[in-house]
Parts: sequence; C-alpha cells; structure tokens
Amino acid sequence: MDAKIQYLLRQGDNAMILSQQLCQLVGKGPALEEDMALSNVALDLLGQTRMWLGYAGELEGKGRDEDRLAFLRDAIEYRNCLLVEQPNGSYADTLTRQFLFDTWHYFLLDGLTRSSDERIRGIALKSVKEVTYHLRRSGDLMVRLGDGSEKSHAMMQTALDELWMYSGEMFLYDEIDQAMVEQSVAPASELLRQQSLDHMADIFQEATLTMPSPDAWMQRGGKQGRHSEHLGFILAEMQFLQRAYPESSW
Amino acid sequence: MSKEWPLWEVFIRSQHGLAHKHVGSLHAPDAEMAINNARDVYTRRNEGVSIWVARAADIVASSPSDKGALFEPANNKVYRHPTFFPMPEEVKNL
Repeated sequence: MDAKIQYLLRQGDNAMILSQQLCQLVGKGPALEEDMALSNVALDLLGQTRMWLGYAGELEGKGRDEDRLAFLRDAIEYRNCLLVEQPNGSYADTLTRQFLFDTWHYFLLDGLTRSSDERIRGIALKSVKEVTYHLRRSGDLMVRLGDGSEKSHAMMQTALDELWMYSGEMFLYDEIDQAMVEQSVAPASELLRQQSLDHMADIFQEATLTMPSPDAWMQRGGKQGRHSEHLGFILAEMQFLQRAYPESSW
Repeated sequence: MSKEWPLWEVFIRSQHGLAHKHVGSLHAPDAEMAINNARDVYTRRNEGVSIWVARAADIVASSPSDKGALFEPANNKVYRHPTFFPMPEEVKNL
C-alpha cells in the first residue's frame, strides 16, 4: 500500500510542478495563441494533479487532501522527477522540456489505462486524451523550430543537449516502481523506454536535430526526494499563501 | 515579406446537424498550426465538434458600399419569406 501512495505522489507531483512552471508563463507567451495553448496544457496538468493527489491522500488515510499535499509538503517530500523542475529558460528550453515530458507521459498513461487498479485506470483514461494533444502539439513545434531557421535550429539543439540528462530518470525504476510493475499497476520500464525513444527518434529526425545517446549518463534522485535547487524556489512561490496565512481559504 | 503570421478566420460547428459558424480570427504560420491554435483559443469550453480555418486573405467579401444594390431589392418582397407556413414543433434548428 505504501508503495502505491508513493507512486501516486510521483505522478501528481510531476503534473503539478510542470503545471506551476507553465503558469509562470501566462501572459508572457511569444504569441497570444501560444500563450493560450501553454495555459491550456498547464490547466490539464493541474486537473490531473488533483486526481492523483486526491487518490494518494485517500489511500494514506491521514486526512491530507490534495490541497494539504500540495501546499504543506517541503521540497524533500516532493516526488517529481528532475526534468519538470528545470527552469523555463528560453522558449526552446520550455518546449524541449515539454516534449521530453509529454513523450514519456503519453506512453506511461497509455500503459496505465491497462492498470490492475481501477481508479488509476480511470485517471489514465481521462488524462491520456489530454496528453495525446500535448504530445501532438509539442512534437509539431519541435519539428517546426528544429527544422526552422538557423537560429531556431541552434537553440533547439542546445536545449535538447542540455536537458537530455534529465530525460532518463523516469525510466530508471526503483523498488517502488518495480513493486507497481509486479502488482500489474504500472507498465514495465523496458517497453515504456523503447516506445518513448522510438517516438523521440522519429520527431528528432524530422526536426533535423541530433538525438543524444540514450545510454548517456542520466541525472536521478527527484523521485526519491533529492531535488535540484530550483524546486525550492518553485515551492516558495506556490506555497507562500498557505505558509504565511495557514488554513486561509476562499 | 511581413514577419507577422498571416491571419486566419475560424469557423466552428457546435454540434452535429448545425452549420459551421464564424467565431473569430487568429494568427498562425500555416493551416495545421491554425487548426491547433483554433483548438486552443476557441474551444476551451467544449464549444465544438469540428473546426474549419481559412486564410482571411482568401475570403472575398462584398463591399459595404454595395449594400443598397445587393440587399435592398429583397426588402419589399415579403412573399419570398416562408412566414406563411406553420412549422411542426418537432422540427428543430430550422
């Protein structure tokens, strides 16, 4: 049971931190249409967060609902992967981070629609429709900017090279992920990794980007609560109100 | 060449059986992205089942100054309006 709670927190925290990051760009997108699209993605992810954390809180049974889990945990208790806490940077960085995340996210959710846990199946079925669009959009933009001007190509390649070391953590299963595979709750790492790498290779090729080696050394630790310095700042902003005015509500 | 993305007009069909309706416009570099952008800008509240986009430059419009010649002759021909037929209540969306 404990492993499942941790697994749910990981899913919820991934979606929440990425959503929070994208929300920082509201009103700052490069074009009105892009601005709206990014906020839509952020909202989708926030909705998914609520379902994951809500379920985690219920299983835990200590009276922590989605809000308490979101606003009253410190960085060390957060279980998101390092990729989603990387800074927004330039638009090339934001997009590349999104594409790397969307690819894994899509194939994960696709696997979770066959989970042995009915509630997880339900969340995955609802989310996978949203994420199908996220992946289509971010893949399309990777191709456009990768195969765009000389400048956009260079920016995308740099972003990809710099973010690549954060793209492998999701596929590095620890005992918690492994327990979920054994209970048929989650899809196995090997298949997930292969599906994701295949899709990335297709898009990168079309985008004329050079794919870094999948066997390169990968950063890890976020899923276990060892985060980069960025997460603290993200949480400081996100949690400020509840920390400064405990229990305040609408 | 202008650096601004071209303007597209967006048409959305809100449900099957109804016609596409003009809902607004947006900027996009090509048709595919125009569809994606239209989805993000105009269907956030579950508005549609189908989207059309057309380049604003490709739409040929009548000139406002032709209003008299084009539309006024229809004003005094009341027999062209099907207002003399009672409509069965079951017929919707006509």
